[in-house]
This record gives sequence, structure tokens and C-alpha cells, in this order.
Amino acid sequence: MYEHDVIVVGAGGAGLRAAVAAHEAGADVAMVTKLHPVRSHTGAAEGGINAALREGDDWELHAYDTMKGSDYLGDAPAVETLAQDAPEETINLEHWGMPFSREDDGTVSQRPFGGLSFPRTTYAGAETGHHLLHTMYEQVVKRGIEVYDEWFVTRLAVTDEPDPNDRTCHGVVAYDVQTGKIEGFKARKGVVLATGGPGQAFDHTTNAVSCTGDGQAMAYRAGAPLEDMEFIQFHPTSLPSTGVLISEGVRGEGGILYNDEGERFMFEYGYANNSGELASRDVVARAELTEVNEGRGVNDEYVHLDMRHLGEERIMDRLENILHLAEDFEGVDGLVEPMPVKPGQHYAMGGIETDENGATCIDGLYAAGECACVSVHGGNRLGGNALPELIVFGKRAGYHAAGGDLGEAEIETGYADDVEDDDTDLPITPGEAGIEPEGVAADGSGQVTDAAGSLERAVEAERERVDHLLEKDDGVQHSEIRSKLQQAMTDYVNVFRTEEGVKKALKIIRECRQEYQDVYVADPSRTFNTDLQHTIETRNLIDVAETIALGALVRDEFRGAHWRKEHQERKDDEWLKHTLISWDRGKPSVWYRPVILEGEEKTYEPKVRSY
Amino acid sequence: MSTQRQKQPDEPETQEAPTDQEMKAEASPQQKRLQRKREQQSAREASADEGEPEEETVHLKVFRYDPEVADKQEPRFDDFHVPFEKGMTVLDAVMYARDHFDSSLTFRHSCRQAVCGSDAFFVNGKQRLGCKTQISDLSQPIRVEPLPHQEVVKDLVVDMDHFYEQMHAVEPYFQSEDLPQGELEEQRQSRENREKIKMSSRCIWCGACMSSCNIAAGDNQYLGPAAINKAYKFAMDDREEEEIKEHRLRILEQEHGVWRCQTQFSCTEVCPKDIPLTEHIQELKREAVKKNLKFW
Repeated sequence: MYEHDVIVVGAGGAGLRAAVAAHEAGADVAMVTKLHPVRSHTGAAEGGINAALREGDDWELHAYDTMKGSDYLGDAPAVETLAQDAPEETINLEHWGMPFSREDDGTVSQRPFGGLSFPRTTYAGAETGHHLLHTMYEQVVKRGIEVYDEWFVTRLAVTDEPDPNDRTCHGVVAYDVQTGKIEGFKARKGVVLATGGPGQAFDHTTNAVSCTGDGQAMAYRAGAPLEDMEFIQFHPTSLPSTGVLISEGVRGEGGILYNDEGERFMFEYGYANNSGELASRDVVARAELTEVNEGRGVNDEYVHLDMRHLGEERIMDRLENILHLAEDFEGVDGLVEPMPVKPGQHYAMGGIETDENGATCIDGLYAAGECACVSVHGGNRLGGNALPELIVFGKRAGYHAAGGDLGEAEIETGYADDVEDDDTDLPITPGEAGIEPEGVAADGSGQVTDAAGSLERAVEAERERVDHLLEKDDGVQHSEIRSKLQQAMTDYVNVFRTEEGVKKALKIIRECRQEYQDVYVADPSRTFNTDLQHTIETRNLIDVAETIALGALVRDEFRGAHWRKEHQERKDDEWLKHTLISWDRGKPSVWYRPVILEGEEKTYEPKVRSY
Repeated sequence: MSTQRQKQPDEPETQEAPTDQEMKAEASPQQKRLQRKREQQSAREASADEGEPEEETVHLKVFRYDPEVADKQEPRFDDFHVPFEKGMTVLDAVMYARDHFDSSLTFRHSCRQAVCGSDAFFVNGKQRLGCKTQISDLSQPIRVEPLPHQEVVKDLVVDMDHFYEQMHAVEPYFQSEDLPQGELEEQRQSRENREKIKMSSRCIWCGACMSSCNIAAGDNQYLGPAAINKAYKFAMDDREEEEIKEHRLRILEQEHGVWRCQTQFSCTEVCPKDIPLTEHIQELKREAVKKNLKFW
């Protein structure tokens, strides 16, 4: 058993920032992470950090753009916090030595990005995430913060009062990948989940293979609701063969999209008459697939992104990394030919329901970054808004978990008696697992209500689960189940969604769940058993994919990144509300909470969202 | 167990026979999907030009070792025959082998786009990142081994602890006493100075350079190219003051620092991010000489 004040799970941008903040607040903090920090997927972020730093810009404009981009499903207290805190946090990174690109006067460079009314995307070449990640890790090294790397957290230790709002998280259970040892980590003050997104639920994704929604699945099984999971961003410019991301910075610098007939379709077909290629990501992704579906795609699969006219000098200065990616992963020279691109799963707007201080409804459990839903991004995240979210809310969550006072949160969390329950006839019962021994983390029986008991039970349950998986001699291998799940999500819960398709996906996900009961790990070794690790991840993907599909089914409107064939308009009368899905016995499974559009000084009135 | 032993080329080749039967995998959904993709691709190519739709396979010889599993305690090479797809990388190929033939095949990987630095392997006798090495650029059979000069944990996974220790030994964090006091005011840095440190800041900690370095192989305390390059990033950054730069140079010119480098350029040759590591080390040597002259 290990013991610290604050345990941060995951070591990407949000986790590192949370650890530094908790450390600065005086806590004994440790990071427990399945990847060494510098391997985290934050490092793949390319574009930049939105922050209102310059004259002519201010946080209110940033908040307005973000709210509009969210299609009025962001909560104003979260959106305004992001916009207000981003400048200071960005400059803080500069003070920590992050190598930002520079202007002639030596100040940090900013560039235009989709959906922004001011060029406020602060960048370091086309590898901003890499620099942010390494700069943050340097700060963790400097402070001597303990890092348990290649320790895979598989379960939260929570008490099991019937109502999740009464539960407390006392720590986590982790599996040492190098040795196979399973240990409890007691958190005296709090656990911060910063585990990233669930991109591997999809077949074609820009996300790393480690993005398996672990934190979301664990929080869900402990009783914390998942919020707005149906909102998945498909990035308009990923390379067709691998899903490798081509930064929005290419379009920000003036890159142009063409269809197979050489038409600049964003304008020619009126998808975005003002902003063209720099419309919001959801708009551009749908436009590209519409071109392909109407027979104007290149090879019936993708479109072209052309940056040749920018000239070699500018490309080398600001987008050099893109040349390498296009060449290494698609065999295309961006200086002499256009690059093939198509939409790829990129980001989950939804996640673990938290307030603006990073707290969930479970006492002592926090979440920040992509695994969380504050909610800043609502129905659609703007490019350049993910990195500021990591540093702004990572810091707040870490500080709060360490006992720091951020004041009363305005955003509510957890199921309450006055919320609206869903009355859709669901084809499946969410979260219904029937899978033992690795079922829920808290069964609501009220039997375990203290720290020692909850940790002991959690460790015991994980040892049983791992023993079972390793000792079972035959059955199904996880990779079969995983690829079936990924294919179903990409076929039916992608950019264009239909009721029939989503129902099909739910049926396949349920089959995956059933097949998973017979899963086994062929590799018998306790040493670096990635077979076992991936098998546990696949279970997390099943849980998370199910919530994505369920949300996509119940939300019968078109908002942000969520497009439904039968429902071609945004329905503000009915749907200015968040979708929440909880896995806790005796409570409704799908329910809703109204979005908060009242900001500090003004109310954000929903308007038609055009670019 | 260290991969240094595997330097004798003939030794492991004798133990491959039992693995051939592993190649007969059931048609899983993933396999069907890949098959479908391949068919689509071939059809496209055939309709576009003449095309050559015949089935090609890639022959991999992959290093295997597991201290716990009886038949893997003695290192051996396993053969895998993986269907070839245009654009396939070494990482794609070993992932295919793992997902279809042997789920215990173990290696680190994550981002698949050469930024996480997890999958540096020894491929056909050279340190390379699996995810950015095209199969079509290699002669077959393709030998995939763990990085030499590091302890092997299992299969292609090596112990990175020593590498991380060396990275941490150079005080790898920005140090400046003189931050601007104004609200939201950044330190100024010229474009030229940013350009100066740009290449050094690209390091992804993959460890390929350290593994390729003869000096590091013989001197366990040698800081190594990656750590020295990390220090270069800070030492050349004008935002740090002169005293801090001198402090950094003192760390670098110690017994196991820059002077151990014999400019063999092996690190520079293998760096997947094209960082001019040897040049950076040389430049730091010159800086150290200049500072010493000043002191004397």
C-alpha cells in the first residue's frame, strides 16, 4: 500500500498541471500513470493555446467564441473561467521556458484558428502540445514530484453508500506493468483523474492507442455521471491511411480545401460563406463527407488540403512538422502536392461530470482535461481550446484536491431529485453488465463506508479480476472484441448518425459486452503483460462506447458535432440541457440538467450558428 | 539479460522452427476489416492504372524473451508473415503480428506518429522508430530487436530507467531568476534565438541515440547525447541568465560529460527527429573552452 495526500492519475497536460498545483499548495502528491509522462498524448497536439493576450482581444470575446462554438451547450461559469484564466496560464508556461514561436519584437506568436474572432491561438510551431508536455514534465522533475510510471490504474477505491453523492473516494488500485504487482494507493486528500479521451472506441482516430477512456469508465463504475458523451469531435484533416492529425494550423495559415473537381467547396457549395476553411470543425468535417457522399471526393474517400501557395519559407517556419507527418505517414510532399485528408475521431467533448473546480459528485474525486466535462466545449470544441483547458482546469483540480479554496462552485454535480429523467424507450439498460468479478466499483449496498475498507475491497477485487483473466485458458481474445466495437462505432456513431444505425451500434456493443465475459489473456506472464493491460482497457472502451451511443440515441436534435438524420435542426426549446448517464443502482440511468447560459455579467442568448 | 549478447548474428537463428504454426490465425473481424481495406485499395489501384493486386507478405524475425515464461527464458527469434499494405510501417507489422498471431508479443507504442518516442527498436541493425519506418524501405526478412545496450525487460521492451536518470541529471528545467514583473508579460526572445534552440527542443526521449553510442555503451555514467542535447536547449536559450549558463556548462564538462564524445556521429545518424546531436555536443565543448579561458 502506498500513501500520499493527492494521487493524480495520468500524466498528460492536465495531470502534470494538477500535480504541480497540488504540490504548490503544500500537498504530498504522486502521479500514477500507465505511460511515462513524456509519452502522453498531449504531446501530439499541434495547433496551439487560445488565450486573449493582445490589445483588441479580451477574455469576453474568447468566451463568446467558445460559447458559440459549443452551440450553446457550454456552461457559462466554465467557459468564462477558461477564457479568464487562459492568459495567465499561458504566460506561466512561457515563464517555465516553453519555446513558443516568436514575433519580430520577441513576443509570443498567435495565429488565426477556426471559429475565433481574433487570432489568439498561441503556438510553438506545429508541435505546441509536445512543447507544453515537456515543459510541464520539466516542472514536475524540478519539484521532485513522485511519478509511478507504467503503473496502470484499474479501479477507484470508493465507499458504497446508495447515493453516489454521499460516497467518498479514498484512493486507487494500480497494476505495475513491469512486474504485475497490484497495489492500493491511498489518497489522504483527493484523487485527480486526468486520463485523457476515449478515441480508441473508434476505428479511424487521431488518438493514440493508449486513449482508452480509462478514467471515464472507472468514474462511471464508481457512480459519477458521464456528461454529454454523444458529442464527439471529428477533426476535418486527418490522414486517410493512419488517422494521423494534420493541424488546423495549416488552414489557419491559409491552407485551402479542394474536392476532386478542384473546387474550393467550402465556398462553392455554401458550407461556410464567410469563414470557409476556418469554419468550426464540425462544419468542415460534415462538408468534406458530404462532398465524398455526393461523388466529389478524391478516390471516393477524401479531399485535398493544399498549402503549396504559402511558400516554402512560411511552411518551414510555422508548419514544418506537417511536412514530416505527410511524408512519413502518407508519402506525400506537402511542398509539391496537396495532402489527402478526411475526418477522423479526434476529441470527446463529454466526460466525467465536474464543476468548475474539477470536483465530481463523489467526495475526494476530481477530473480534469479531456476525460472531464466541465462543461467548456458543449456540443463542439474549438481548435486551440483543449490545451488551455488542460492547464486551467488541471491547475484548479490539483489545487482544490490539495485542500485549496476556490470558493463555491456554480455548476452542480450529481443526480438530484429535481432533475429531469429520460423517458425514451431504450433498447438496452445502460451499464447493465452482468459481468463478474469485475463489476461496479461501488454497489450501493452501504456496507463499506470507510477508507481502509474501500481500499481493501478494491485491491482484492482487482487481484481476483487479474487472476481470473490470467488463469483462464481459452475463450475470446480482447483484440477481436475491440476491433468489432471500433468498427461499429465508426460505421454507426460517426459524423452522420441515424436512429437505426445508433441502435445497431448499441446492439453490437451489447454483444461485445457478452463476448467479453468469455475473454481471456493468452500471455501467462506477470512481466510487462500488455495483453492483460489491453484486455482491461477494452472493457473500459465497451463501457464508454455504450454511453456515447446512448447519448447519440436519446438526443434527437442536431447540435454541434451531433448530427441526426431524422432531426435536422437544433431544438433549443427542448435540448438546452446536458445528457447525463449514471451507473448506480436504484437511480434513473439517463437524465438531464439544464445548461447554464448566465455568465458573470451577461446571458449568452442562443443564436443561429453560422460561419 | 542485455541485448549486447545478441550482437552475435548466427546464434539465435537456429531456434525459429516451432513458431511457423502460429501463422494460421482464424479470420477475426479485424482481419476481415484489413482484408476489406486491402481489397478496396487494390481495386482502386487496378482501376486507376494497371495495378498489381497480388498478395504480398512481409517476413519479420522478432526477438523474443520473457524471464518468467519457460520457453522464452532463452532469447530466440520468432518468424511472422504479415500481409503487406502500401504505407505499412514496422510498428503496423508488429501490431498485426500481435493482434493476429501471438498476443504475448510485447513492445511499447502509443501515438503512432513519432511524437511519443515509445517505439524505438533495433531494425535490421539500426536504431529506428517503428512507427515511422516504412516496410518498403527495408530488405527482408526484417529483424526487429530491442534497443542494444539496455537491459531487456521482455521481447522488444527495454528498461529505460538509466536513460531517464541521465536526462534528469542535467537539471532539465528552465531556470531564470529574472522574470518580467508586468501583468501577463512574457520574456522576450528573438526569432533567431528561438530558431537556435528549435531542433534541440524536438527530442522525444526515444533513446535511439543513447543506444547507438559506443561511448555510452562503455561508460555507464556518460550523460549521453539526449541529455546533453536537453542541456543544450537551455544553455543556448537567451532567456536564461549568463550565470545559469555557466552552471549548466559546469555540469556538462564533468568527467562523464561532453568531453567523452568522440564525434562518431552515430547518434545524429539514428535520431528520428533529425536533431544534429553531435554538432550540439561540439558546440557545447567550444562554449566550455571559452568559459574556461575566461576564468583562467
